[in-house]
Amino acid sequence: MLEIKNLHARIAEDGTEIIKGLDLTVKAGEVAAIMGPNGSGKSTLSYILAGREDYEVTDGDILYNGESILEMDPAERAAAGLFLAFQYPMEIPGVATMQFLKVAMNEQRKARGEAELTTPDFIRLVKEAAGTLDISMEMLKRPLNVGFSGGEKKRAEILQMKLLEPKLCVLDETDSGLDIDALKIVADGVNSLRSPDRATIVITHYQRLLDYIVPDTVHVLSKGKIIKTGDKSLAHELEAKGYADIINEAA
Amino acid sequence: MTVQSKLPLTAAETTLVEAFGEQFSYLPGNAGMVTLRDRAVQAIKETGLPTRKVEAWHYTDLRRLLKDVPSHDDAAVATDLDGLVDGTVKLVLNNGKMAGQESVDGLTATSLADALRADVSGVTLSDHGQYDATGLINSAFVTDGFVIKVDDGAEIAGPVELQSLHDGGQVHTRNLVTVGEGAKVTLFDRHAGSDKSVLASNVTELTVRKGAEAMWVTVQEQGETATHLGQLNVTLEEDAKLTLFVINLSGHLVRQEINADVLGEGADLTFRAINLVGGDAHCDVTLSLGHLVPNTNSTETVRSVVTGKGQGVFQGQIRVDQIAQKTDAQMACNTLLLSDDAGFSTKPELEIFADDVVCAHGATVAEIDHNHLFYLMARGISEKTARGLLIKAFVAEIVEELDDEALVEALETRIDTWLEAHG
Repeated sequence: MLEIKNLHARIAEDGTEIIKGLDLTVKAGEVAAIMGPNGSGKSTLSYILAGREDYEVTDGDILYNGESILEMDPAERAAAGLFLAFQYPMEIPGVATMQFLKVAMNEQRKARGEAELTTPDFIRLVKEAAGTLDISMEMLKRPLNVGFSGGEKKRAEILQMKLLEPKLCVLDETDSGLDIDALKIVADGVNSLRSPDRATIVITHYQRLLDYIVPDTVHVLSKGKIIKTGDKSLAHELEAKGYADIINEAA
Repeated sequence: MTVQSKLPLTAAETTLVEAFGEQFSYLPGNAGMVTLRDRAVQAIKETGLPTRKVEAWHYTDLRRLLKDVPSHDDAAVATDLDGLVDGTVKLVLNNGKMAGQESVDGLTATSLADALRADVSGVTLSDHGQYDATGLINSAFVTDGFVIKVDDGAEIAGPVELQSLHDGGQVHTRNLVTVGEGAKVTLFDRHAGSDKSVLASNVTELTVRKGAEAMWVTVQEQGETATHLGQLNVTLEEDAKLTLFVINLSGHLVRQEINADVLGEGADLTFRAINLVGGDAHCDVTLSLGHLVPNTNSTETVRSVVTGKGQGVFQGQIRVDQIAQKTDAQMACNTLLLSDDAGFSTKPELEIFADDVVCAHGATVAEIDHNHLFYLMARGISEKTARGLLIKAFVAEIVEELDDEALVEALETRIDTWLEAHG
């Protein structure tokens, strides 16, 4: 489903190279974990996948279902089925959460040539999804993410993911700032979306989240490259030994 | 204030002076009024229209910007305009003449022209001196307007809508509005017309008496080539409460002045303005607010969106008199610039002579937040729609403060229309 080939990317503003020859393949149905120390390029990779303009791809390619997505803007990528759950979701005053959800769902449907949702259908879908994530309708009446706690923001991200039904989910440090109860709710939400035609990339610093979202593959990212790939036992190894050993081993 | 040296008359100034010569005998009012009108025209002739050397006009060089003045066509008739919301009581000035009025319990509306002819006491043609171009042009040429009195203690059920409509040319109207003691009323003040070239001026004197509560909403939606000069002179008495909302949706050269005096203790003024400026329009909102007695509050929020080659201006002066202790005044001016050629000048000015007051001002000029834009686009919302949502959110925040659902909807519809064309 996703094939990243020899990707090189830098910060557009100052030219600092962050991703330095990254290769990664994620198949449909797979849950891939990307782990790495701070500054290894984890968040940058998620932003590049989503199409953020602050980064420039200088070499290599990203193929999604066999086609390059480098020329697509973030909205086109999202409509094609790519979803990024942000590490720090934006607070946007003045944009009502419900209005945002409705516009996003309908814009994606429109881009795919599907009919727009009726208001009753939309509300029913939101209520169903919100219930499983312990999100109150009261919370959804507020402006987008404004005044949400850290945990509420992460649950709101998963709510969006459930409603938009993406094909490729990228979760950027979704576990940061979550207590264990919130972590379980978020993990249940992610697990409920597991399916043979959907792939998930879980980016995390810690192994903890992977107890709840059990990955099929684990990739270690260091200095902008994948330096080691394994199964879920690699995550436990990292937890036990720390990143330094693995990084030294690879070097 | 710098004094302006005498310059040769511009085409626009010459047209104004000559137009007065042709019209003065038809303009309403007795000999005393003609003298006042003539003095106003002489001031224009002698001083000229203000240039950037006059501090109050520094960012709106009227002499340079007012290129030509169309001639007045007394026979022109403007198209009717639906009420801003359902069920408003309309008081219409068509091409500068009283054209219709519906009656309202607790409110009387009579013709200013009649009052000028009849020498009614308290009805006069005033201005704020030789640099008050808006007041001078209006005093010289005003043809009609409404004298509105809301009875003491009256609670007017629905909104009352003043309309000043035109079909090009010149239209100069003046309204004198008094909200009686303890009365409650919502007034809409609309300025609109065809796309033909127009010079429109309006002066409104609004007095909110003791304990009265009023909402005043000025909606300026002139044609794309219009020059609109507006002036609101507001007085708040003891415990009076006024929400003053101004929205500039179009026009080519727009100046809206607000001179407000908070004269009674316990009075409260909420001032909100929205300016949507596109194309090569110039839109200036200039506020001069005096807190002249102790224990009064005001908040001023101006939100502007400027695109194309548009230029926006906000001058906000708050004067706190030496005796006006415990004044609380909070002013903010925030602007979104959507293009490289768009500009905005903002000048907050606090003159505080009392020592126990809370006064603050802040101004921001920014582009659309790219992080916000990315977040929305990452959810599949196209760039145009995402930008629209963010711009709308920026201005809608202060529209939604208005406690009137139908009004909020009417204003948001107009904002949407502007965004469709310019966003």
